[in-house]
Amino acid sequence: MKFKKFFLQRVLAWALTILIGVTFIFFIPRMFPSDPVENMIAQIQSRSGNMDPAEMDALRSSLRVQFGLDGSLLQQYGYFLWHGLLHFDFGPSLMSYPEPVGKIIGRYLPYTLMLCLTSTFIAWIIGNLIGLLAGFRKNKTSSKILEAIAIFIYPIPYFLVALILQIVFAFILKWFPLQAVINTKGGFGPWIASVVKASILPGISLLLLGTGWWIISMKSLASTTAEEDYVRYARFRGLSEFAIGKNYVMRNSILTQITALAMSLGGVFGGSIMTEIIFGYPGVGSLIQAAILQSDYNMILGCITISIVAIASATLIVDLIYPFIDPRIRYG
Amino acid sequence: MKKFWKTANFRLKAGLISTCFFLIIGFVVYFIPHTNPFTYNTYPNNLGVSAEHWLGTTSMGQDIVWLLIEAIHNSLMIGLIVATIGTVVGVLVGLLAGFAGGALDRVLMIITDTFVVIPSLPILIMMTSLMKGSSTVIVMALVLAMFAWAWPSRQIRSMALTIKERDFIHTARFSGESTLQIVVTEILPFALSWSLSNFMNATLSAIGSESSLAVLGLSPGNLVSLGNMIQWARGYNAVLAKRWLWIGSPIVATVILFVGLFMLITGYNDYQAKKRGR
Repeated sequence: MKFKKFFLQRVLAWALTILIGVTFIFFIPRMFPSDPVENMIAQIQSRSGNMDPAEMDALRSSLRVQFGLDGSLLQQYGYFLWHGLLHFDFGPSLMSYPEPVGKIIGRYLPYTLMLCLTSTFIAWIIGNLIGLLAGFRKNKTSSKILEAIAIFIYPIPYFLVALILQIVFAFILKWFPLQAVINTKGGFGPWIASVVKASILPGISLLLLGTGWWIISMKSLASTTAEEDYVRYARFRGLSEFAIGKNYVMRNSILTQITALAMSLGGVFGGSIMTEIIFGYPGVGSLIQAAILQSDYNMILGCITISIVAIASATLIVDLIYPFIDPRIRYG
Repeated sequence: MKKFWKTANFRLKAGLISTCFFLIIGFVVYFIPHTNPFTYNTYPNNLGVSAEHWLGTTSMGQDIVWLLIEAIHNSLMIGLIVATIGTVVGVLVGLLAGFAGGALDRVLMIITDTFVVIPSLPILIMMTSLMKGSSTVIVMALVLAMFAWAWPSRQIRSMALTIKERDFIHTARFSGESTLQIVVTEILPFALSWSLSNFMNATLSAIGSESSLAVLGLSPGNLVSLGNMIQWARGYNAVLAKRWLWIGSPIVATVILFVGLFMLITGYNDYQAKKRGR
């Protein structure tokens, strides 16, 4: 019964986050003077020369429908919630008119998820292991060096790490191409090989920063835990250092890190967007950049709505798993 | 001062030195009279290192040293404005929620929690892409500040909740102090030390967000900031032309600024924790 209450609370918080988030991005563009339909008409005119005024009006009203801009503000909001949020239907893309935005995002999103999830997962494991060692044996020189490296890397913004890696490994050493190339024609084998090759540098950028943070936070957690009475008691009982580290220090500090993982996902996603843009990795980040360059508002709105839903959902999943891992919480 | 220097840890000292260095560059050296570094073709293009141009000039004939100083000034300005707004609003909302309790607390916390977990970068992209280039430093700072208040307000609220129940607050209340008086004289001192560390953190993340947006071409086009300077160097193919000083100097400056600030924050937190323990 208690689990049911916890579950409902979390799901409610999840729904609220998404609702407030998309409400925000729905109303903000409408407070700006620029009108996407007029912008698009201007673009179409500049491409195809002068058009008949009657044709223009017809085009304008049909575009208004397609952009969900007809009717009162409340009607538009309802239209956006129903079509955009519930069906991921954001209307046609301007960049590759008339292909629907949802379909294009569907092609790019898996690449971003793959990059984000793998690097987050690996960074979390490596960072926590190193942090655990460094915190548990905090007087060793190696622990201090590892922490110093982590402190040096972590505060640097994502795009800067990506840029430095690109300059060093792609430009100076020429180990990787400057821009990612994905082979979509040669079947599964070449495709996966090209994806792996394209993911290495972006993945390492995300990994470096992620690992840095987990080392710093786990080290401070583990060094506090290592001074608890029960750890001292375990030592008096003659347990091996390995057993103490694994059964007492790790199991107690890892729980906080699971909550922290849920909180960090939004930041990782933002970092992934930046990293993708630097390396030209074909994910949502690159899509957003292209959409910005060509003023494709439907696309920007779609990408950002889906980002909010994706991050909120990932956070929800981590939150829901938590009681199954923490033995102190039992919802029977 | 001497005592502080003796008891401070290495990180606090290193962070303090580095941050002061940048503050001096951004707010003292910056005011030494010089020509507007943004103007194109002030000097010959692509000059190398010389006594006159310590880091050479860009391919648009701008002096890199002065461009960098201007960039540090503007980036710090944005960071400080955002951190000030975020910390002040955050502390106010947090205290209000913590002390009012009830429905107001619940509503405020739902909004705050949403802003804590919501991915800020995509929304910042959304907002700045609509203003594309037409935004100013102030608008940019205001936009960034929208995501800077939530975390402090959450922390301050929980701080207020624990302090509220302590005896000295009851004493103050029974001796006739008003809620406002209690907040200002009894609670704020507790919140200040935490707010200072949060203030530095907010400065760091605001400079980071601005430079991320700059790489997307979404920072105001005529704003000389660290991010924009990197972006311009990238845009004019400074890497392909092997103009390392041009692209390298803003990168190195950003890295040192960020690492220094971060060391200052963690060093300060450790220092405070030790002081409390003593």
